[in-house]
Amino acid sequence: MEKRDFHVIAETGIHARPATLLVQTASKFNSDINLEYKGKSVNLKSIMGVMSLGVGQGADVTISADGADEAEAIVAVEETMKKEGLSE
Amino acid sequence: MTTTLKGIAASDGVAIAKAYLLVQPDLSFSKSAINDVTKETDRLQSAIDKSNSELQQIRDIASKSLGEEEAQVFDAHMMILADPEFTGAVKQKIEDEKVNAESALDEVATTFIKMFEAMTDNPYMQERAADVRDVSKRIMAHLLGVELPNPALIDEEVIIVAHDLTPSDTAQLNKKYVKAFVTDIGGRTAHSAIMARSLEIPAIVGAGSVTTDIKADQRVIVDGNTGDIVVEPTDADVAKYQKLAKEYAAQKAEWAKLRDARTETADGKHFELAANIGTPKDLAGATDNGAEAIGLYRTEFLYMDSPELPTEDDQFTAYKAVIEGMAGKPVVVRTMDIGGDKHLPYLPLPEEMNPFLGYRAIRISLSRQDIFRTQLRALLRASAFGHLRVMFPMIATLQEFRQAKAILDEEKAKLVAEGTEVGKYEVGIMIEIPAAAVLADQFAKEVDFFSIGTNDLIQYTMAADRGNEHVSYLYQPYNPSILRLVKHVIDSAHKEGKWAGMCGEAAGDPIMAPILVGLGLDEFSMSATSILKIRSLMKRLDTAEMAKMANKALNESLTNDDNIKLVKETLK
Repeated sequence: MEKRDFHVIAETGIHARPATLLVQTASKFNSDINLEYKGKSVNLKSIMGVMSLGVGQGADVTISADGADEAEAIVAVEETMKKEGLSE
Repeated sequence: MTTTLKGIAASDGVAIAKAYLLVQPDLSFSKSAINDVTKETDRLQSAIDKSNSELQQIRDIASKSLGEEEAQVFDAHMMILADPEFTGAVKQKIEDEKVNAESALDEVATTFIKMFEAMTDNPYMQERAADVRDVSKRIMAHLLGVELPNPALIDEEVIIVAHDLTPSDTAQLNKKYVKAFVTDIGGRTAHSAIMARSLEIPAIVGAGSVTTDIKADQRVIVDGNTGDIVVEPTDADVAKYQKLAKEYAAQKAEWAKLRDARTETADGKHFELAANIGTPKDLAGATDNGAEAIGLYRTEFLYMDSPELPTEDDQFTAYKAVIEGMAGKPVVVRTMDIGGDKHLPYLPLPEEMNPFLGYRAIRISLSRQDIFRTQLRALLRASAFGHLRVMFPMIATLQEFRQAKAILDEEKAKLVAEGTEVGKYEVGIMIEIPAAAVLADQFAKEVDFFSIGTNDLIQYTMAADRGNEHVSYLYQPYNPSILRLVKHVIDSAHKEGKWAGMCGEAAGDPIMAPILVGLGLDEFSMSATSILKIRSLMKRLDTAEMAKMANKALNESLTNDDNIKLVKETLK
């Protein structure tokens, strides 16, 4: 299993468009990918799950990938987080 | 068999085309136990697949015909359709509880909708509830084998027949193919009516039961001048209405010659004819119809079309586009008029017994100054690009006006201190509450202008809800009581060297306009499509004769009908 911690810097948090792109990225991989925030974990391939967490600016989240393509998945997710200005 | 139905004529013109019924089908179902789980989940999967390919198709067409922005809503729908937590949960429920797909879908969707709606601190998420509802409706329709209307897919000329039309319905229509609107409910000020006038297509509203009287694909004639709807017309009917349509087109061509003409009465008096607009996109229609000004820019669409409060920069861009687009001609911008029948998903308002008498417009602005100040700053910044007239809606007391004006002055001082350029501008109020009309002589000392909003002024003076069909007979713009209020407002403005305008429907009404000329109203603001008709009418009027007529209308006539007769006879 691959794990990464992120500090969310985007003013609007993980919301609307960035959430959509994160889900689209995660959905390309076979691994189970989860987003954990404040002790709650949701499927990163679920738009409704991700948005229901209400991740705001300054939040610390953990993303984990588990499966055959976990290494590639976590790299791609990290790239999207940076490209969308969600984290540094 | 030919039948003729009747409704309220809400937008001029004649159209002949096939009926398109924009009606929600019956999606009711009953919960049942199932034995064959695989068969049921296959049925669900097939409904999901069909929904997906349908959405893909709608998305493609919508992005071409309506634009990328309108199409994005369908992307959101497809993501929900692909969401394992949603459709996965439905499948799980079928397997665990051995229930039919319809009831599993309904239960899962309801859970999500409730969850999103409960997020009252996050308006964006609250709106997603609507997306979940739309998507589950689509899957449900496929499960039940009924067809959902997909207005975005219309690709031939049609007349839209609906119970009522909401802004989100009309956003999905390709205007190229829509020839007319016909609705069961609504009045001249309904969204469908305003939309039709801005599209310059005929509309008939409040026609009762057109959604059951008219069947899909039936041929229909819509006469927006009289309110007549002819279903399954004979060849003779078609010929008659084609002739009428031709005559109407010829008259419009005649009016079009007045596009660049100055608005003048027969005795050479000038009146300012302005357009009412809702978005910067409406500007083209205003200038094409020869508007000399914008007399009402309804800024609430900026708020209604956005998933969250529009930022200062978003608003500045819109205001600047309109003010700059009018190239020095005046633009009246009305500050946010939310409440009443207009709601924002991200700004929950209390449930009210009488929303039109409740928390709306300037009342919200003065208590939510964060929202108000953002709007005023955007307006002040835009004032540097042309001729701005700021107008506060729903003012009842002098204190309200003074408070609003003081906030405006404060924001101006802040901008100037920051080194931001602020232009010259006028500050006025909308007269729609009788209290302000009666006290107009005092208001006139402090404001730069008045603009009379007739729809609300009539509704409040008559104590008659303008959306209630049972009391619609009380919508009496020509009643001497209303006209006396109007005269007092105009005279009060003139006494202080100020000007008075009107931005309600009545300003573009061929019976009302001659009376208003007689009362000396300075500015007439109306749907852009009425401007040339009124300019052509004014050329025939003599102000002294109209003043005499207006005097009779106020002091001798007793009823609304007396005055309709009076104007018709005087102009004969």
